[in-house]
Amino acid sequence: MPFLGYVGVFLLLPTGIVIWDAVRNPAGQFDLSSLKLLFNPEVRSFFTGSLELSALSSVIGAVLGAILAYAVASGNPDGAVRRFYLAGSGVLAQFGGVTLAFAFNAAIGPSTGFLFHAGWYYAFPGGIGLIYIYFQIPLMVLVFLPAIDGLKVQWREATENLGGSTWQYWRHVGFPLLAPAFIGATLLLFANALSAYATIQAWENQIAYTAPQQIYIAINSEVGLASNEGDIIAVGMVVLVAIIMVGYFGLQRRAARWLR
Amino acid sequence: MKALIAAAKQEGTLNVIALPPTWANYGNIIKAFTKTYGIKVVSANPDGSSQDEVDAVKSENGTSKAPDVMDVGMAVALVSTNLFAPYETSAWSSIPAAQKDPKGLWTQDYGGYMSIGYNSAKFGTITSVSQLLGPKFKNAVALNGNPTQANAALSGVMMANLAQGGTADSVAKGVAFFHQLKQKGNFSPVQATGATIKAGTTPVVINWDYLSTASVVGQGANWKVFVPSNAILGGYYAQAINKTAPHPAAARLWEEFLFSQGASGGQNLWLQGGARPVEMTAMTSNGSIDKTAAAALPPIAGTPVFLTATQATDAATYLAANWAKAVK
Repeated sequence: MPFLGYVGVFLLLPTGIVIWDAVRNPAGQFDLSSLKLLFNPEVRSFFTGSLELSALSSVIGAVLGAILAYAVASGNPDGAVRRFYLAGSGVLAQFGGVTLAFAFNAAIGPSTGFLFHAGWYYAFPGGIGLIYIYFQIPLMVLVFLPAIDGLKVQWREATENLGGSTWQYWRHVGFPLLAPAFIGATLLLFANALSAYATIQAWENQIAYTAPQQIYIAINSEVGLASNEGDIIAVGMVVLVAIIMVGYFGLQRRAARWLR
Repeated sequence: MKALIAAAKQEGTLNVIALPPTWANYGNIIKAFTKTYGIKVVSANPDGSSQDEVDAVKSENGTSKAPDVMDVGMAVALVSTNLFAPYETSAWSSIPAAQKDPKGLWTQDYGGYMSIGYNSAKFGTITSVSQLLGPKFKNAVALNGNPTQANAALSGVMMANLAQGGTADSVAKGVAFFHQLKQKGNFSPVQATGATIKAGTTPVVINWDYLSTASVVGQGANWKVFVPSNAILGGYYAQAINKTAPHPAAARLWEEFLFSQGASGGQNLWLQGGARPVEMTAMTSNGSIDKTAAAALPPIAGTPVFLTATQATDAATYLAANWAKAVK
């Protein structure tokens, strides 16, 4: 019951309000046609931008993070290296927003002379994708490490006893076991990037590339174009995140079967 | 006036909102008000936007935390007059008729001109907008925000538009200019702040002159601000009183203070912060103006352009449809 109350107040109620406001016309009457805005090419480009950026940063982050997680897992389980990596990942996974964007700008931004061809730094989604990977990799390490730890040494020994090579172990045992967890973790990273707002807004805020940026513009307009565009885009985001979360829970269930 | 001061002191507090201490000298203005009248100023959400101010008035309506007074952009002021209480300060007659609501619902308070602030040690002297297309300005030129949302950025595009031979009726040439700037790799999409200027990320910033002065952005004598002679675009903010203000007398006393022409009154304090107070013309002729501060403003050569409400909305509509395409 307390959980239901919590979910109700912090998840269902805001979602309901957003949907309620999204299906109004400027006169405040019920009007489903306002949702047509989601198919307007301009608005669609914000969703495409969000998806591109999330896909790029989550796939690269997941691959690099998984390799790092494997390296950490194969070390001493009580060793200082593992504790250091876990603590570091815990901190860095939360290091985003204005501080991260400013750190990148000040460290390697075009004005520092560090980059010979600065064009790509502000290119979308390349430049901002690089910045996102900085918090995606640690998050991947945190969520993927338990899955790697779940690989039992006995399985590997069994493969060897049956005459299997390392390649065969990974091809037939390791990868199939880890695949659901890997895809699930990638989806989590994807959703993480999809909802990130402060980092990209600090990296650049004169052009909107992603849906969260456009929501900010719509609800904070100083130039007199007030409308419920923000609510409508938010509904689109809710639908996207819902799809991803359904996929995530499905995969989570499959992965959990092996880890029990 | 005496009765107003007594009533305001009785209330003891004034709620203001969205007044950054470094913006147009507001830090000192608030201090001076408290020192003169002994009224505590509670400053909420200093970095908020005009829209945030209006939203707070609506959402906190009737509570003791609601903002008493607002300092809002004209686009927001004109559509929010149902929230304002009419009030004419004793300086009413010194304010040009075009810069106040006839019923006193809002009164323009201070403003400035769109300017180019830049690091002259790096770029030498800049004299025109077209120069910014040159190769030495790679990744250097920034606006103050996204022009489809922020008024300062919209005005920046409009200023470039005027400089490129456009008129206030259509911002198309301004958007085309930024398209060229982006093609040449000179457009920096980073939000310009004192920190990015210090870090050298945004060495050229198109912004209101009073937000770009060297002291405001924390720069030395190398930081220069100029207003292009063929593109003088002015913009003013407006004061308004919340009609359900929790401290109605303090709110009115604050307005009297802001519009007073005294040596340490609001008008001269704004001027010391690099903004042009609305009573500047009247104060120049009656001699009450702070002459040192007035002389320090970037010089203006020509007739300034002010956007009408329709022109501003047309520009916003055009930008909403074309800005992203032009600079992506």
